[in-house]
Amino acid sequence: MNMLTVSPSPHVHSGDSVKKNMYGVIIALLPAFAASLYYFGIGAVIVSLTAVLSCVFFEWAIQKFLLKKETSIMDGSAALTGLLLAFNMPSNLPIWIIIIGSLVAIGIGKMSFGGLGNNPFNPALVGRVFLLISFPVQMTLWPKPIVSQMHYLDAETGATPLSVMKEGLANGETVSALMDKIPSINELFFGAMGGSAGEVAAAALLVGLIFMLLKKIITWHIPVAVLGTIAVFTGILNLVSPELYAGPLFHLLTGGVMLGAIFMATDYVSSPMANKGMIIFGIGIGIITVVIRVFGAYPEGVSFAILIMNGFVPLIDKYVKPKRFGEVVKTANA
Amino acid sequence: MLKTFSLGGVHPAENKFSAGKKIEALPIPEQVSVPIAQHIGAPSEPVVSKGDEVKVGQLIAKSSGFVSANIHSPVSGKVFKIDDILDTSGYKRKAIIIKTDGDVWDENIDRSDDLVTDITASSEEIVKKVGEAGIVGLGGATFPAHVKLSVPPGKTCDVLILNGVECEPYLTADHQLMMEKGDEIMVGTQLLMIALKVEKAIIGIENNKPDAIKHMTDLASKYQGITIQPLKVQYPQGGEKQLIDACISRQIPSGKLPIEVGAVVQNVGTTLAVYEAIQKNKPLFERVVTVTGKSVSNPSNFLARVGTPLNQLIDAAGGLPEDTGKIIGGGPMMGKALTSTEVPITKGSSGILIMPEEIAKRGKLEPCIRCSKCVSVCPMGLSPYLLSTVSDKAIWDRAEEEKIMDCIECGSCSFTCPANRPLLDYIRLGKGKVGQIMRSRNK
Repeated sequence: MNMLTVSPSPHVHSGDSVKKNMYGVIIALLPAFAASLYYFGIGAVIVSLTAVLSCVFFEWAIQKFLLKKETSIMDGSAALTGLLLAFNMPSNLPIWIIIIGSLVAIGIGKMSFGGLGNNPFNPALVGRVFLLISFPVQMTLWPKPIVSQMHYLDAETGATPLSVMKEGLANGETVSALMDKIPSINELFFGAMGGSAGEVAAAALLVGLIFMLLKKIITWHIPVAVLGTIAVFTGILNLVSPELYAGPLFHLLTGGVMLGAIFMATDYVSSPMANKGMIIFGIGIGIITVVIRVFGAYPEGVSFAILIMNGFVPLIDKYVKPKRFGEVVKTANA
Repeated sequence: MLKTFSLGGVHPAENKFSAGKKIEALPIPEQVSVPIAQHIGAPSEPVVSKGDEVKVGQLIAKSSGFVSANIHSPVSGKVFKIDDILDTSGYKRKAIIIKTDGDVWDENIDRSDDLVTDITASSEEIVKKVGEAGIVGLGGATFPAHVKLSVPPGKTCDVLILNGVECEPYLTADHQLMMEKGDEIMVGTQLLMIALKVEKAIIGIENNKPDAIKHMTDLASKYQGITIQPLKVQYPQGGEKQLIDACISRQIPSGKLPIEVGAVVQNVGTTLAVYEAIQKNKPLFERVVTVTGKSVSNPSNFLARVGTPLNQLIDAAGGLPEDTGKIIGGGPMMGKALTSTEVPITKGSSGILIMPEEIAKRGKLEPCIRCSKCVSVCPMGLSPYLLSTVSDKAIWDRAEEEKIMDCIECGSCSFTCPANRPLLDYIRLGKGKVGQIMRSRNK
């Protein structure tokens, strides 16, 4: 008779793996990738490829030469960080800047904390914000959609709806006048606007969300909390003063809100562990995003909002616990 | 919308290979080894010695306290010896070994198949007889039934819930019992209702057994106060706490027993044993065991005498497959991996699951990615990732604070973890240690 394995229960496994989840998110990003190819063409390809390859390379190199331990690049998390980083950049960003961003994202944002599972901040956002602050000009020149299909560094650039709205309002123009200057809501939904490579097409990102929900990669709590909060907050502002504050649809469909709510805030490692905690996390992100957008100096606030809330996650996890069995007591003997 | 319990749960592949296989009585073994510790509570004390002649159903070991159980001989023959043998626990423990001679039963036992529906016993008599018959929970927990039926002073019981759920994958013994012995189970239910002095009984059955739901519903219409509750398939619905929540939406508070919410739960197999004990004077010495597995050639439901060596059941199911990697006593989620095929069947042996080599080992261990899937599947609303970490780092006061003692060890967390982390292993370690600390504190 063969040797019998004697291990503790359970003796079966769901078959889920880290790899499946990481590649699942990458698949969920494919519609947005297709949209970025359509709007930004060659630039999107170069930026995405560079970011993914350099992220994977840096993780491999750091693990092999600095940490001297087994590589984990096959689990897909470095590739995912690369893809998300690329989606947060303009499609005409020079290669050397992309590589620096990848080094910061993986080296500082992930590996310095101990690798996958230990990073308190979303690595792709660490990379992105570092680049935004270090290279403010290059990181805010947005290629125009469609016309930049065949161009990379020489892509024609223009303002994004968010920057049009921000500067216009600062100049005293009204919301309704400015809404005429930017693409229609329909066009915004499908992505015909300037912006980062992966953030423009809300429709494509929503398809990705549905895929991830069906595959049980993420739950609805964080995206709904972020988007809901932004909608409610800007809705209230818009009701109070419709010509000073743009409405919810504008805010939901422009800038990095969709990408942030669906793919960045939902990063496993840097988000809370209990459903209630996730909702608080999402609400915090929504509030900070709107405050920065409406009252702050930057036209876009999602990246900062997520990073700030990432910092609060250990506190949230400590005090906000999942709903326990037996908490609501209905007894016959009480 | 089918009812189910409110928090967490998983749905492992059902693999009910032996479903629909009629219960087959195995030939009587040549020798049985009857462990004296087959139940929760104190081991029983033998009342026979080497050389004694015994009959089927004769008392061979008696209960040694309130939470203990009588043990009766499963065969007729001569007591060969009382010795320590390897049993399903993995350790060597005391057992009464009997060499079989014929099949002579105790004269008081009614061996006919007629359904006896008249109930003359009173509530106290039923509880007493259940204890005398050595009945323990046959779902696998083996808790002495007469203790469960003795409602402590100050508590009231208003509903009896029967577990016909069989939520573990692969196992089909309870399913067959409901199909083949439905009437007897109904009378057993009535006996339990009298014992507990309740007017309501609910039998929970998962809807992957539509024939059992239909059959039992038809039967229940003939009896007063018994209803069938179809339930959505979800593991671990058979756990007492989850079953009560699913059937009557009451959640037992932390650290308390089902009687706290006015309910008592019994497995359908246990209920059948109660019928046989009261109506047929037959004590508990045999049970239905599912023998199954992907490579098993004849997956079946066998009626086997307690003390039968495992290999006899495995042979009857077509023999031990070539690619066997693991043999599990019980189901795949909570069963115990066994070390040998010579160990005996006990009252708690609900199934024997033979796993092929390829799935006998765990996947590669990876670091925790904080995906929180373990939290979302825990039926008790705990945080397995946290309990596992604090147990690993021996932070016992934190473990107690985070309610590690509420864990029912169902295995849903380890089952789900994408990083193959041994969550339940560490939680069990933590529970053992924290339990020890709590007990020494109360001294």
